[in-house]
Amino acid sequence: MQHTSTQDTLVGLFVASGIVGLFFLALQVSNLSSFVEQDSYTIIASFENSGGLKVKSPVSAAGVKIGQVSAINFDPKTYQSVVKMSIYSQYNTLPDDTTASIFTAGLLGEQYVNLDPGGSDEYFKNNGKIEITQSAIILEKAIGQFLFKSAEEKK
Amino acid sequence: MDNSVNSPNSLVSVRNLSFSRGNKKIFNNISLDFERGKITAIMGPSGTGKTTLLKLIGGQLIPEQGSITVDGQNVHKLRRAELYTLRKRMGMLFQSGALLTDMSVFDNVAFPLREHTSLTESMIRTLVLMKLQAVGLRGARNLMPNELSGGMARRIALARAIALDPMMILYDEPFTGQDPISLGALVHLIKSLNNTLGLTSIIVSHDVRETSAIADYIYLISEGRCVDHGTPSQIQKSASEWVQQFMTGAADGPVHFHYPAKDYADDLLSSGKRY
Amino acid sequence: MIELLQYLGKTTRVGFTKLGRGTYFLLQTISGIASVLLRPRLLINQMYSIGVLSFLIIIISGLFVGMVLGLQGYYILSDFGAEETLGVMVAASLVRELGPVVSALLFAGRAGSALTAEIGLMKATEQLSGMEMMAVDPIKRIITPRFLAGLLSMPLLAALFSTVGILGGDMVGIGLLGVDEGAYWSQMQAKLDFQDDIINGVIKSIVFGFVTTWIALFEGYDAIPTSEGVSRATTRTVVNSAFSILGLDFILTALMFGDN
Repeated sequence: MQHTSTQDTLVGLFVASGIVGLFFLALQVSNLSSFVEQDSYTIIASFENSGGLKVKSPVSAAGVKIGQVSAINFDPKTYQSVVKMSIYSQYNTLPDDTTASIFTAGLLGEQYVNLDPGGSDEYFKNNGKIEITQSAIILEKAIGQFLFKSAEEKK
Repeated sequence: MDNSVNSPNSLVSVRNLSFSRGNKKIFNNISLDFERGKITAIMGPSGTGKTTLLKLIGGQLIPEQGSITVDGQNVHKLRRAELYTLRKRMGMLFQSGALLTDMSVFDNVAFPLREHTSLTESMIRTLVLMKLQAVGLRGARNLMPNELSGGMARRIALARAIALDPMMILYDEPFTGQDPISLGALVHLIKSLNNTLGLTSIIVSHDVRETSAIADYIYLISEGRCVDHGTPSQIQKSASEWVQQFMTGAADGPVHFHYPAKDYADDLLSSGKRY
Repeated sequence: MIELLQYLGKTTRVGFTKLGRGTYFLLQTISGIASVLLRPRLLINQMYSIGVLSFLIIIISGLFVGMVLGLQGYYILSDFGAEETLGVMVAASLVRELGPVVSALLFAGRAGSALTAEIGLMKATEQLSGMEMMAVDPIKRIITPRFLAGLLSMPLLAALFSTVGILGGDMVGIGLLGVDEGAYWSQMQAKLDFQDDIINGVIKSIVFGFVTTWIALFEGYDAIPTSEGVSRATTRTVVNSAFSILGLDFILTALMFGDN
């Protein structure tokens, strides 16, 4: 058996490195840092079709992530998809005529909400509503339309 | 058969004890008494459950019938905490020594003190050295158990058994597999510890010569029953042929040299068959 | 046919009694936790022989597993032009599966078998019995500290395995194959969720640590006290631990990752 104090040191080292490992996984590997630290406010947009959008999908403006989707619900009156987005508080100058569209990252990548700021002087407040939206492009639909069109042109 | 001695001076008394393992009856209504301050030996052939008896006395096994009383307390009626308190007053020397292999000799002897007392390290050191001195192995305190010979391990285990100054010590086959010198040392040690510390000793053994040299009283057990009991000299003069064979170690007698088999000549002649 | 049924019945009966003994043993072990926490030295000693001595094998294996994941992942992902997601693949497979599972399997082989052999030998050499006769409860004194140490060490070892593996994937992917460093880490961070991935991985490793240590200690404590009995018990520890780890992993995965 080793000397007691050496053993203590080694056990201490082991426990410390294990905890460092856990912290590394929490902070460097996963998104813990992104959703714990930041304050945010909510804006709401209704889409005809939100496609493959999911809770926690990114919300970005000009290619920069400024928030994430916090809830997606179906509105039984308007038959639309209501998407709530948490926008980080530091981006509190979004004009209230901003438009939202659902895009796909790359050809097969995941879907995200892209916000296109308009020219209004009024900014969104908490639970502000986006008026102009563009739905997700459903690949099957697009292909269908394309085939239909080219068939018509051939006639 | 009732062979209870019922001495008023007995520290441990076993009454009408029965115990079996599987279908084999190891003890069949046996009664024994162990007197205070004396060395009492239990002898018998291998496999008669001598070690089992020690485990029954120590409360590690529970008898089917009968009772075992140690210092006025029925061992198997005690609650767990009471049994543990009683065990602190019993020492047991296992055949292998049962030293804890991951501790030095010193720590092994200090183990019961550290577990059961709140003495300071310096007091523990003094006590451990005294116990080691008593078994003549004070110089071996820094060795690990795997560096000890069998005889030394048993002496260290003895030092550990007396660490808490018990009232009695149970010895499980203390003489088995020892060279003559260690054997002499152990015999001497058991006798002198018993006398100087006023212990009650119970020795389980089949080593006739060493045991009868130090025992005050002997019980001979075979096939679950007590065959004979008395002082060593009484036993040696016993009229029973079986006792004579056991004590002298004759190859043939009531216990036959040959395992039961059919006639030798017939067996050899019936060639061709396997059985 | 009758014989087969009889054999099956007997196996079931023996299995159940063993499970009963094991459960009883576990309850006794758990009941000793308070007394061990009052004597942290016992725990530290076992953290050393269970955790620290498994450290090296876990680190080295984690590094190589991560490096292999980096290589294999790169070859497959580059076919789809998706090399940037290498970080996601390496980290997700490590954190969700390979970290907890492989480190638990290694733990069973390294620490579990050693525990069984140690306890079994203590039984065979009458050390446990001797302790009982010294009025020391061997479960509280010997078993519980080891159980706690196993329970605490396993999640730490699994976290180390995953961490080192992710760094190994980084070394191969970025250093050797030229994946973009920013993409490797940012995609990983975007895709892996703290709750769903990291916490679930840690829960898995705690469950595996619990089961493996329990099996190892019980097999040792229940071993036939001969050298053959102990060696058989050691084999059973490794085999039963592996089965339990993989079976439980399937169940836990189904429960945890079922809805996405």
